Amino acid sequence: MIPIQFLVIDVWFGLEKLLLIGGIISFSLVVAMYTTFAERKIAGFMQDRRGPNRAGPFGILQPLADGLKLFFKEEIIPLTSNKSLFVLGPALAMLTAMLTSAVIPWGSQIEIAGRTVSLQVADVNIGILYVFGVVSLGVYGIMIGGWSSNNKFSLLAAVRGASQIISYELAMGLSLISLLMMTGSLSLKTIVEQQMQGGWGGFLGWNILYQPLAFLIFLICVFAECNRTPFDLPEAENELNFGYHQEYSSMKLGLYLFSEYVNMFISSAVVSTLFFGGYDIPFVNESELASSIGVNLVALLGFLTFFAKIAFFLFLFIWVRWTIPRFRYDQLMDLGWKKLIPLALANLLITAVVILTLNK
Amino acid sequence: MPITEILFWALSAAAILAALLVIFSKNPVHSVLWLIVVFFAISGHYVLLNAQFLAIVNMIVYAGAIMVLFLFVIMLMNMNAEQEPNKSKWMKLAGIISGGSLMLILVASLKNSTAIAGGQDAGIGLIQQLGRTLFSDYVVPFEISSILFLSAMVGAIILGKKEKNMNETNFSKF
Repeated sequence: MIPIQFLVIDVWFGLEKLLLIGGIISFSLVVAMYTTFAERKIAGFMQDRRGPNRAGPFGILQPLADGLKLFFKEEIIPLTSNKSLFVLGPALAMLTAMLTSAVIPWGSQIEIAGRTVSLQVADVNIGILYVFGVVSLGVYGIMIGGWSSNNKFSLLAAVRGASQIISYELAMGLSLISLLMMTGSLSLKTIVEQQMQGGWGGFLGWNILYQPLAFLIFLICVFAECNRTPFDLPEAENELNFGYHQEYSSMKLGLYLFSEYVNMFISSAVVSTLFFGGYDIPFVNESELASSIGVNLVALLGFLTFFAKIAFFLFLFIWVRWTIPRFRYDQLMDLGWKKLIPLALANLLITAVVILTLNK
Repeated sequence: MPITEILFWALSAAAILAALLVIFSKNPVHSVLWLIVVFFAISGHYVLLNAQFLAIVNMIVYAGAIMVLFLFVIMLMNMNAEQEPNKSKWMKLAGIISGGSLMLILVASLKNSTAIAGGQDAGIGLIQQLGRTLFSDYVVPFEISSILFLSAMVGAIILGKKEKNMNETNFSKF
């Protein structure tokens, strides 16, 4: 066996990683909580009504009230269900939603007491593949939940959800290959740093400018992977009553509903990282700024910029949901297999040709 | 004991335990889920060998894609432990013989094997090295296996395609 360097860890390293993981997870949960609130407020605005405004000023405590309600609801496990898997389903859904946050670079680095701390849990050299691995495991939460409920509507919804996720995973991967050919790295940190090298303080380095088609395909696939409208067929209530979580009650239902919002948050972060420069502040040269106001402040500003980008995509998710109706199932499969995959392949080919000619 | 060794034994124990549970679970869905645990443990071994790429691809392909298809089939057939068909004595005997010969081959091939010193060659499992090796040293087997996959895909489409006249009457508006 080979001794691996990253397994030899000192106490401080472990402690700061632990703190970082705890911070990121609680941050994701809070953001997801308030995304549910934003969803209801924006839906209210778009439908010319007020939205939730009773709990606290402007209804700001509404997500807490929602969570509390779900916790105190009676929990019902159907008699004919497969009990262990019935419990495993929502846990897996939540777990796979959170796992991706480990490889996302949330900021540059900060310095505490002479130690440089990177704001990324794990800078693995296969970051993007890790994201895909976790996405492909996301199917299990839906499938296990839908099957173990022992309800045919749940099972149908689970099968729909799983086949949808598998189909769109392909186009997602293909669209990213053209991006990877440009960056030449699978590490998310390297991809962000490369984008920061561009002109105009990094803005001209953003991948969106070079791969708009890949971005479009990727974004559509992200909508499908998150089961958001117009791809929310697993939850099509007019056909399937409620979807794969029909038999769930109390916080188990809460976890399923909540994991969708965590998924939205994390995938917004992935999109911003890959195509919009991650924590890069546009029109500002970070290394020059760091010499004048310090590394920590720049890291904070970078994180806030990153969060602003994420917030925009969260808004986009909500905006689309309250604007566009849902697809029919055959339309969904048509779009995935017959439009997005050929388009992604064409994009791949064009990118390859351009890179080859430019390098000669 | 160094930490890699502890991890090695823990992962091996988990893999063997989960593999046994795959065989002894009455419920086929449980078997599939235990098999996924086995794949995770094997992925852990790949990481210990410094082959992160293989680890993650093992997870994506086996745990993420193939096992989902298994799960699909089993869930849609709705197999239960009670409905398990009784197999005849001859079937059991044939199973024992074929399984035993597979075991024999495995033992025979492992007995004469020597530990490869390639583990010291750091980064052979990383993506740059792997890609270079695949497209230079092993390019012919690689291309042949991709043609094999392509033919399998075409075959699946032909098998899945319905008869034309039937298609027009029943399924065109589906």
